Amino acid sequence: MRYLPLTQTDREAMLATIGAKSVDDLFVDVPAAGRLDGPIHGLPLHASELAVERHMSALAKKNLAAGDVPFFLGAGAYRHHVPASVDHLIQRGEFLTAYTPYQPEIAQGTLQVMFEFQTQVARLLGCDVANASMYDGSTACWEAITMARRVTKRGKAILSGGLHPHYVSVAKTMAKFTGDQLVTSLPTLSPEPDTLDLINAIDDGTSCVVVQYPDILGRIEDMSALAEACHAKKALLVAVVTEPVALGAIRSPGEMGADIVVGEGQSIGVGLQFGGPYVGLFACSEKLVRQMPGRLCGETVDAEGKRGFVLTLSTREQHIRREKATSNICTSSVLCALAMSAHMTLLGEAGLRRLAEINHVAASAAADRLAEVDGVELVTDRFFNEFTLKLSKEARPVVRALADKGILAGVSLGRLYPDAAELQNGLVVAVTETTTEEDVETLASALEEALA
Amino acid sequence: MTINQSGWRPTTPQAGESGGQTFTGNRALMLEEPLIFEIGSTETTGVDFAEAPSGKSRLGGLERSKAIGLPGLSEPEAVRHYTRLSRQNYAIDLGLFPLGSCTMKHNPRLNERMARLPGFADLHPLTPVDACQGAFEVIHQLAHWLVTLTGMHSVAMSPKAGAHGELCGVLAIRAALDAKGEQARKVLLVPESAHGTNPATAAFAGFSVEDIPATEAGRVNLEALKARLGPDVAGVMITNPNTCGLFEPDMKAISDAVHAAGGFVYCDGANFNAIVGRVRPGDLGIDAMHINLHKTFSTPHGGGGPGSGPVVFSEALTPYAPLPFVEKQGDHFVLVEEETAGEHHASSFGRMVAFHGQMGMFTRALTYILSHGADGLRQVAEDSVLNANYILRSMEDVLDAPFAKSGPCMHEAIFSDKGLPEGFSTIDVAKGLIDEGFHPMTVYFPLVVHGAMLVEPTETESKATLDQFIGAFRSVAERAKGGDLAIKTAPHFAPRRRLDETLAARRPVLVYKEPQRAEAAE
Repeated sequence: MRYLPLTQTDREAMLATIGAKSVDDLFVDVPAAGRLDGPIHGLPLHASELAVERHMSALAKKNLAAGDVPFFLGAGAYRHHVPASVDHLIQRGEFLTAYTPYQPEIAQGTLQVMFEFQTQVARLLGCDVANASMYDGSTACWEAITMARRVTKRGKAILSGGLHPHYVSVAKTMAKFTGDQLVTSLPTLSPEPDTLDLINAIDDGTSCVVVQYPDILGRIEDMSALAEACHAKKALLVAVVTEPVALGAIRSPGEMGADIVVGEGQSIGVGLQFGGPYVGLFACSEKLVRQMPGRLCGETVDAEGKRGFVLTLSTREQHIRREKATSNICTSSVLCALAMSAHMTLLGEAGLRRLAEINHVAASAAADRLAEVDGVELVTDRFFNEFTLKLSKEARPVVRALADKGILAGVSLGRLYPDAAELQNGLVVAVTETTTEEDVETLASALEEALA
Repeated sequence: MTINQSGWRPTTPQAGESGGQTFTGNRALMLEEPLIFEIGSTETTGVDFAEAPSGKSRLGGLERSKAIGLPGLSEPEAVRHYTRLSRQNYAIDLGLFPLGSCTMKHNPRLNERMARLPGFADLHPLTPVDACQGAFEVIHQLAHWLVTLTGMHSVAMSPKAGAHGELCGVLAIRAALDAKGEQARKVLLVPESAHGTNPATAAFAGFSVEDIPATEAGRVNLEALKARLGPDVAGVMITNPNTCGLFEPDMKAISDAVHAAGGFVYCDGANFNAIVGRVRPGDLGIDAMHINLHKTFSTPHGGGGPGSGPVVFSEALTPYAPLPFVEKQGDHFVLVEEETAGEHHASSFGRMVAFHGQMGMFTRALTYILSHGADGLRQVAEDSVLNANYILRSMEDVLDAPFAKSGPCMHEAIFSDKGLPEGFSTIDVAKGLIDEGFHPMTVYFPLVVHGAMLVEPTETESKATLDQFIGAFRSVAERAKGGDLAIKTAPHFAPRRRLDETLAARRPVLVYKEPQRAEAAE
């Protein structure tokens, strides 16, 4: 039992100090009926590192890793190259094995990272302030809806059909219990998002409009008019970004008038990890900061006047306010925030812009190539690194058949919207700097064959 | 032969000779580090890219025109920046981290290696189900361990952290009550000693919250609880072992009373570490309990997450568990989500999160569980309780231990500030411990103990470390009791002295502003 330092001699000496005969005496408060007298039956006993490594490696090998095959999956999780130094830095024990910085004098490392992260995220999303992270994009999105309710004191949120269906699903689950009213719709296989419909739906009871940018089909559209329409009715515009690399190429939601911008930071520095842990981004204008959920780090000075950082505005939070807190969130995703922050620092503005350009040009070329295939039609004409194809047959069986051949062709809309007949031929394809021209050719040929 | 043959001896510099200030502000290995915004430039990048091939732009007029303001550093500068920052942190890798209720135990590096296997780390969450069977098998195996260790009926794996797990549990309770037409049950009873997340979660889910009073012995007052139960009560949220580090001996009676009154029992499993392998919450009448994988099952806390908070359920609440989850059908693992829930899982309260939950934490936790096995996990509970009692009995003559007379504690020992002289309080003891090279204990929580100091050593500390900690803790406590003013201004040797939290809150500076930007704003 390599993780337990006490020896039998230690245990006996300690029991003597305590004045107990055996460790059982320390469990006297547990009623006899609740005590187990030995290891639980039917479970294996302890194992060596080597044995555990064999077991886990065998399980890992049963999966088709993105890096091993031509890979085009996106829809809320994107594969980008992460510099080796990022993974090294997040494994520094001082970051990895620290707790939430409750004692700031010996947690300036984490706190300064939080402060830098908040600044980077606020600038990237185009907002005044950002918090030190949420669990992920989907939960950050729901928190934004509840925050808009608190700010506007209205209970109706209008969700764009372009919002990720899992995000919609999370909001629907929560709204059932909180009594919030949600207006939702499905996306349509058209080049234009539903901006005009959203504008027409805003009324005096609307707390916010939630729009994704780029949206679930990869579409991008100027949200300035939508922001104006929201503000005219004193509603808030909530923008959701699931691919932050896009903001190296296109205007930020904050610039276009969004009041709250939330997002999924996974695509910068965190990796795919089968869906988690990821890092939720949450940013807003300065005047809304006291309604924000989650941890905030702020600058201050120490007793000698030196600059330092502390967790601040805690009177919003559960450990102080209990049932009156802005959210129940406690632990969030600070290590993933470090990964994202370090990757952004390595990229810098010049690098992020270059990375975004490479993504866009590669995606654009791939879209042209795939559109040449008989039975493939390009739906989206304005996009960043992800676009939607309409196939001549249902996309879901095609994706499965291609996976059997070792090609991860994209995310079928049938997987995301199984009940929407009109979306079944849709295929969402993501192309990043990790996609090669050969990958695109392989996919094009395989689609040709599958659709023939 | 001696190394120093010259007869030279080191001498202590005279005051003022060269000892005070340094040119850089650094003190040898204690290195100051500016912000990236002060040392980086937007032109610099630490990543090499190929030239972007020219191609068609489809950005439709949305091209970014304004500068973002993101500074870059070259790789050596970036590595140094973060490495220097890391050295300003205390961490479990450096020493005892006795934050009560937070369970800061050793984080095995095998867990990290396994989580980074490409088959797990480089796997997309929407990979076709047949191409990620190994990932579903990990989830399924971990689920089996959690259900078996807790003696419960099922487990929801997707909650992202403890508080998210609490939310999952109380939503299942709400859904079960609604299904019975019991919409009028809107009150959740929560002890005053509960984590702040409990009442916050109950409110977030639409419940109202009322306190359950405690007994003198730091436990739930069973009679008072029984008296409050009624047709408006949805259930209770109880932490067991509780936040005073005590087991609730009446747990089964509490559950029985709540069930008899038509309510459900939620257990905050933050302290499961104390009883894993020795007590199964399922035997105590619990209906739902979250398990913090970053506490009991050693996934690293990372300075504030990621966590992971699977929730185990009783048979009564199982039909309401959230989507998605993994089911084994023959040799095949299937994903039960909105589409496949069908009539069999039609009562599920729905999805709480995109994708499948914290897969990276599942691989780490399963690795840890397999390493310990059923026997090792039982030893985990025993050693964690032994270590805490050792500290309790080694300290009770110096510090007030309000529940020490009533018997042993579980995995954490609690002390109060009673007996400290006028002008001295818990915070001074905590800051004094920093100078001794230890992270302080949890302070001022739970609220039911005045000036609480909650000490949780965990099972991964050696006796030698505990003895050194006890020595330091006694020394600091005695200095405080003796009115040593130096302790009022501790820490003296940390990277920073006490920080002005009032200033930070009064005039919040939450993002960096370049000096010219800051001036323009004023």
